[in-house]
Amino acid sequence: MHLHFLDPYQPRLSLVHAADARLKLALTLAFILTTSLTPFGAWPIYIFLLALILAVEILSSLGVGYVLKRSLLALPFVLAALPLPFTVEGHELFSVSLGGWTLTASAEGLTRLVSVALKSWFSVQAAIVLAASTQFPDLLAGMRALGVPRLLVAMFGLTWRYLFVLVDEALRLMRARAARSGTAAGRNTRSGGSVVWRARLTGGMVGNLFLRAFERADRIYVAMLSRGYDGEVRTLPSPPMSKSQRLVLGMGLFSLVLLLLLGLLFWG
Amino acid sequence: MLYAPQPMHIPDGFLSTLVSIVLWVLSAVSVAYALRRVSQDLGERQVPLMGVLAAAIFAGQMLNFTVAGGTSGHLMGAALATILLGPWAALIVMTTVVGIQAVIFQDGGLLALGANIFNMGVIGVAVSHFVYTSIQKLARSAKWGIFVGGFVAAWMSIVVSALAVALQLALSGTSPANIAVPAMGGIHMLIGLGEGLITLGALAFLYAARRDLLHSGEAAPKGNVAVWVGGLVFALLLAVLSPLASAHPDGLEWVAEQKGFLDAAQEPLYHIIPDYVFPGISNEALATIVAGLLGTLMVFGVALGVAYLRRERTAGR
Repeated sequence: MHLHFLDPYQPRLSLVHAADARLKLALTLAFILTTSLTPFGAWPIYIFLLALILAVEILSSLGVGYVLKRSLLALPFVLAALPLPFTVEGHELFSVSLGGWTLTASAEGLTRLVSVALKSWFSVQAAIVLAASTQFPDLLAGMRALGVPRLLVAMFGLTWRYLFVLVDEALRLMRARAARSGTAAGRNTRSGGSVVWRARLTGGMVGNLFLRAFERADRIYVAMLSRGYDGEVRTLPSPPMSKSQRLVLGMGLFSLVLLLLLGLLFWG
Repeated sequence: MLYAPQPMHIPDGFLSTLVSIVLWVLSAVSVAYALRRVSQDLGERQVPLMGVLAAAIFAGQMLNFTVAGGTSGHLMGAALATILLGPWAALIVMTTVVGIQAVIFQDGGLLALGANIFNMGVIGVAVSHFVYTSIQKLARSAKWGIFVGGFVAAWMSIVVSALAVALQLALSGTSPANIAVPAMGGIHMLIGLGEGLITLGALAFLYAARRDLLHSGEAAPKGNVAVWVGGLVFALLLAVLSPLASAHPDGLEWVAEQKGFLDAAQEPLYHIIPDYVFPGISNEALATIVAGLLGTLMVFGVALGVAYLRRERTAGR
């Protein structure tokens, strides 16, 4: 497989990397679902969830720092939840007056904001570990095993296969644009033309990229046809999961369900 | 930055479990139907084409232009895909793009993937299709129909998807409607302009270089009426619901609280099942009103669709 700067897969020799993709996919989804179902403010459960995901990160020898750095990606979305302390009613924490407007922050709202942010952070870490420790073709086999339709999995595979080719194509287009654009010295010079003009030219380049994609798709189809493609996508059946992998799956699911039940019992 | 995350992709944790699962089911049904349509109506030739175009949308998102203050605009692609491939194939392409963004780049969550597919795929494609075909009919296949249709379809698809995101956040109790709706709507009315201009530029280029491609999306017109009506309903519903939700102080949340939906939406699934027969329809009067409203809109849409099909036939003669 083509190695590319966009590919998040990090080759390592670790237990997590060696684990079956089906196992990892199922456990990641179960972890995210558990995190989502855990009630707001169930702090001890949150600590357990964090401990769980940190343990997997250490086991995967990806480095906690790598995962934490990438997990900042989801941070800007917390903006959407920021008004929560002021809109949820409950025990008053403090109030701010802005002109004639008084904003009252509530403990319940703050709890919910922190909970939403933490849940989002845990979930994104799980997804990062999955993507960084599993090669995409294995992930595709995992999706197939979990019942994603064959045609959709084939689409994922094709898109992934040609993603890097087309990204390289896009980079060539950008390099050509840069080579033909004049820039004055100094860093903060204005880009040429109006915004509307620039947007439309970018559109033209996107159109060019699409045209190349159309032409490439024709060639790919003909090549596939020449090798006997008949519209059906066939894959080798995956071998059954080993006993130890099934044991890990069972234990993982069991501990997640246990955490969830505890959370619902005491904080639900 | 080569890969810029967009504010449209909802990460995990921001939607309540119930909202996530309902949207997962809706998306799964739509995508499953689209898959059937594509394998029935379109040839096997379409499979590599869709895959490569999904990759092209991805790569096309890297082609950006500077706007101001370090921000830049780039493509979402639902409108362009719909115009080039027709709605069913476009839905599959968008599902693939959004799916890979979530699985590989963590741009949008996995549990929230159903919602993201629904917003950018189902709503984006349906609204684009509705706007583009309507404007083209109005233009009576004049050249400006393609360009104006493409621009407005791209703008509308972004704005309506953004309103859907805001309403879902409000329904999950994560972001109050009277803040989320104007904020998301306002920002995306601007972002939508960028999308519209890029789509316009792409269409202008393709019109000059390969005019035949602009008509290939009309290959499978059967059943597209349903998409057209769907686009109309999404656009209308969100256009009506969003101002209502934001004008009323805490509008949506208030309604939700009154009807016990908020509790349902925030509690785990199995808590609801003993208490309610069906979430949200615990109040019979509400259920009737909702059904009536939906029914009226559907009938209106179907009537419009039939009228428009007849016009198309008479115009063809």
